[in-house]
Amino acid sequence: MLQEVLIAGFGGQGVLSTGQLLAYAGMIENKQVAWIPSYGPEMRGGTANCGITISDEPISSPLVTEPTTLIVMNRPSLDKFEKSVVPGGLILINSSLVDQKVTRQDLQVLEIPANRIAEELGNTKVANNIILGVLIELTGIVSLEAVVESLKKVLPARRHNLIPVNQQALEKGMQLAKEFKNKQ
Amino acid sequence: MSKVLMKGNEAIGEGAIRAGCRHFFGYPITPQSELPHYLAKRMPEVGGVFLQAESETSSINMVYGAAGAGFRTMTSSSSPGLSLMQEGISYLVGAELPCVVVNVMRGGPGLGNIAPAQGDYFQAVKGGGHGDYKLVVLAPASVQEIIDMMQVAFDLADQYRTPVMLVGDGILGQMMEPVELADEVTLPEVPAKPWAASGLKGRKKPNIVNSLYIVPEDCEELNQRLFAKYDVIAAQETRWEEYRLEDAEIVLTGFGTAARIAKSVVDKARSEGIKAGLIRPITLWPFPSEVYAKAAAHANKFLCVEMSMGQMVEDVRLAVNGKKPVHFYGRSGGMVPLAKDVLAEVKKLMAGGE
Repeated sequence: MLQEVLIAGFGGQGVLSTGQLLAYAGMIENKQVAWIPSYGPEMRGGTANCGITISDEPISSPLVTEPTTLIVMNRPSLDKFEKSVVPGGLILINSSLVDQKVTRQDLQVLEIPANRIAEELGNTKVANNIILGVLIELTGIVSLEAVVESLKKVLPARRHNLIPVNQQALEKGMQLAKEFKNKQ
Repeated sequence: MSKVLMKGNEAIGEGAIRAGCRHFFGYPITPQSELPHYLAKRMPEVGGVFLQAESETSSINMVYGAAGAGFRTMTSSSSPGLSLMQEGISYLVGAELPCVVVNVMRGGPGLGNIAPAQGDYFQAVKGGGHGDYKLVVLAPASVQEIIDMMQVAFDLADQYRTPVMLVGDGILGQMMEPVELADEVTLPEVPAKPWAASGLKGRKKPNIVNSLYIVPEDCEELNQRLFAKYDVIAAQETRWEEYRLEDAEIVLTGFGTAARIAKSVVDKARSEGIKAGLIRPITLWPFPSEVYAKAAAHANKFLCVEMSMGQMVEDVRLAVNGKKPVHFYGRSGGMVPLAKDVLAEVKKLMAGGE
């Protein structure tokens, strides 16, 4: 198993911490993991992205140049990275923020109105974890339990009261993915 | 032991703390700034000194002062910063002062960029500053190895009274990987430093730390002493990793991040029936020449993979000594070789191409 995930959006959207959550979950499951941020001369409000590699084998390069999954949190990221996804790969789009369509025909694409669903859950900050829930259900990259466990590591102690709502978001995402699979 | 996810730059800092380093002097520069950031927080927790100097020139001379006073001390920077430090490094060698200098390399020459590169190999292993000298140069290839190598770096520095350099690149500095950390930290034993300028303590004659040898005879004696020391280091401290080397017909080689990529190419090539192997120098100086010479007996050819226009390849050629062809594949200026491109190069070479 080798999964290379690229998460891309604006700085401040939690792109990097969502990636860390995924990497931690892989580590908890004793998989080989690597996480690397884009660290170009970027500023707040500019684009941010990170690559997460989760594998059964030792990881050669942590750079994700041809993602198996692309998570898109803003429009420039779709423009920039759509062409890099491997044929047959997966694109997950936060359609609350991105109104653009994927043009490639050789990919699996899911549009998730993550901010709207997060609002329904009562906390817009958990939007990323709705998408993460979709990812883990569709790809089996890591388990829900491992992601919930890694929330304890990534969130500071004073934010641990937010773990239940984050778990809800993950479960909501998994449910959406199941519905999508049933429709196919 | 506990397993944590850590950035390479943070691992350099934590490794230094665990190795007993309590004096850090540095100046921020991408892609290593998480290291001073980390130590700015950690040093006060362990009663150490974190000082952000006004320049890299200052940092390295503060290291000279702390090392001269007998403390475990270090500085870190990235490529352009290391160029500024070269004079100080030469002085540290001349005064036989133990210290650790870290270079998280980026694209050059000049101001270049902040992307990962390995173009400072020559600067690290062939001098860099003025005069006849060598640095022990360590090149870890994972975040775990960074933690382990920081301990080795400080131990070798003290044991041989020499500056030790640890080189990484932007990828190793920025990436997060799992590391095993001991829960209980026992500080390592640091050898006595009777030469240190740390006060007379009842003695009549003060210790003087200096690199000025005004009489040529004395200065030649210093050079001979240094090189006698380098012979011992070369004999006892050379480190490398071998991978699937025994029956390899093509030997890939590289250090740090480039070696990780080369290693994955070895597996890919093997799965396609090509007998490939890997030599990864862990010490860039002393260079593990003998293992190349040995491999040249059964291998048909070598391929050196670097994130530069080709620097370590010269040492590989010296080690192979004309017995077999040594080819090169590299990307530079902050670009990173892709495994598929290196594999294509391997196939081309195995098919008899140049």
